[in-house]
Amino acid sequence: MQLFNQTWVLFKKEIVLEWRSKYAFNGVLLYVVSTVFICYISFNLNPGFSGSKSYPVVWNVLFWIIMLFASVNAIAKSFMQESKSRLLYYYSIASPQAIILSKTIYNILLMSLLSILALLVYLLFFTNTIGDPLFYFLTVLLGSISFSTVFTMISAIASKAGNNGTLMAILSFPVIIPVILLLIRLSKNAMDGIERSFSYSNMGVLLAINVIVIATALLLFPFLWRD
Amino acid sequence: MKFIYQTWWKVLAVLIILYTLIAGFLFGVPTLPILHETIRNTYFHVPMWIAMFTVFTISVVYSVLYLNTGKEEYDLVAVECVNTGTFFYVLGLITGMMWAKFTWGAFWSNDPKQNSAAIAFLLYCAYAVLRNSIDEEQKRAKISAIYNIFAFPIMVVLIMVLPRMTDSLHPGNGGNPAFGKLDMDNRMRVVLYPAFIAWSAIAVWIASLRYRIRLIEYKRNEIN
Repeated sequence: MQLFNQTWVLFKKEIVLEWRSKYAFNGVLLYVVSTVFICYISFNLNPGFSGSKSYPVVWNVLFWIIMLFASVNAIAKSFMQESKSRLLYYYSIASPQAIILSKTIYNILLMSLLSILALLVYLLFFTNTIGDPLFYFLTVLLGSISFSTVFTMISAIASKAGNNGTLMAILSFPVIIPVILLLIRLSKNAMDGIERSFSYSNMGVLLAINVIVIATALLLFPFLWRD
Repeated sequence: MKFIYQTWWKVLAVLIILYTLIAGFLFGVPTLPILHETIRNTYFHVPMWIAMFTVFTISVVYSVLYLNTGKEEYDLVAVECVNTGTFFYVLGLITGMMWAKFTWGAFWSNDPKQNSAAIAFLLYCAYAVLRNSIDEEQKRAKISAIYNIFAFPIMVVLIMVLPRMTDSLHPGNGGNPAFGKLDMDNRMRVVLYPAFIAWSAIAVWIASLRYRIRLIEYKRNEIN
């Protein structure tokens, strides 16, 4: 119960801090929109692209790659923006599990909002028909949850090891590749409007990966924060 | 830890490997289409992965021990086990690629099993990079222990679970029956199972030698 209360208070604090500056949200939103626009311009340099046969495949893959880099940028900040003394203060008043949980939940919220907005912007520029929009939407939400859980733990590790972006990328990409493969497969199924029951096993694996990552994060973070 | 200073299991491992070498090349094997005599690679390809899993598991155990006790020796065991495991990882990949050349037609055929093995290899390369990026010894030991524990379940998911979900050429994946069920007979099992144990023991031996060298270096650098 105490853990729940601490998590809730820290989670509210994250939201209030973000609401005051709106830095992470606006920054990443601008990042996504500019990336989508760059892709839009670059792909339209080649006439006939939107009518070509490989258009749906590229459409789907491109969306997930944009989301991947946007979420790395968004979540890498979650431990870097905290000053050392402020972190020390958190550790003196709350349990480490509450800290990592609140960060994860906050990142899930942030990424869900961002990915929904990104999907809307993406659909605006790259028109496409989605066979099963609800299921595609669900996949995007599941994707933002998976990105958040993995990247939050990795950013905690990377922030302890010198805080550089290269390390964050190196550490997180092997972990995120299976997730993104599953997501691309799931979302392609949703796009083609394939029977939902075919996707359940993939979803199960994705959820299982999330559970593993959260469980290891809860177990390992208490060792990580101490200096 | 006394175990690694004993001799009997090292002698035994070498003898069993000699046995699998001789028996593996001379004993009868089932004649199967496509595989033909390459089926003998089972005695080398699969034990490499078993050996890798053995040392990686030991390394995770010692990472957990390190986090609980903070003894520097445990970190040395963990890192040397990962190094040895990575070596056997490469051997497993190479033997698999050679086998694939003769049975699937190419060294690398974009097979899910091969791809996820390559991705999982990146995990352990990242471990090495992570270690190099931190100078402070205790901090390095702690953070790399945490990453090691974090990476292990992901590696298992990558190699053992994900390829089973899709179509793969590799036996035991994507609806293919596992190798042992249809293609093997007892003539092969008497060679294969000892090979698992022997190669695992060899991997542990290599790791223990490297650990002992590290330990000497560590003690020399100590300030008394």
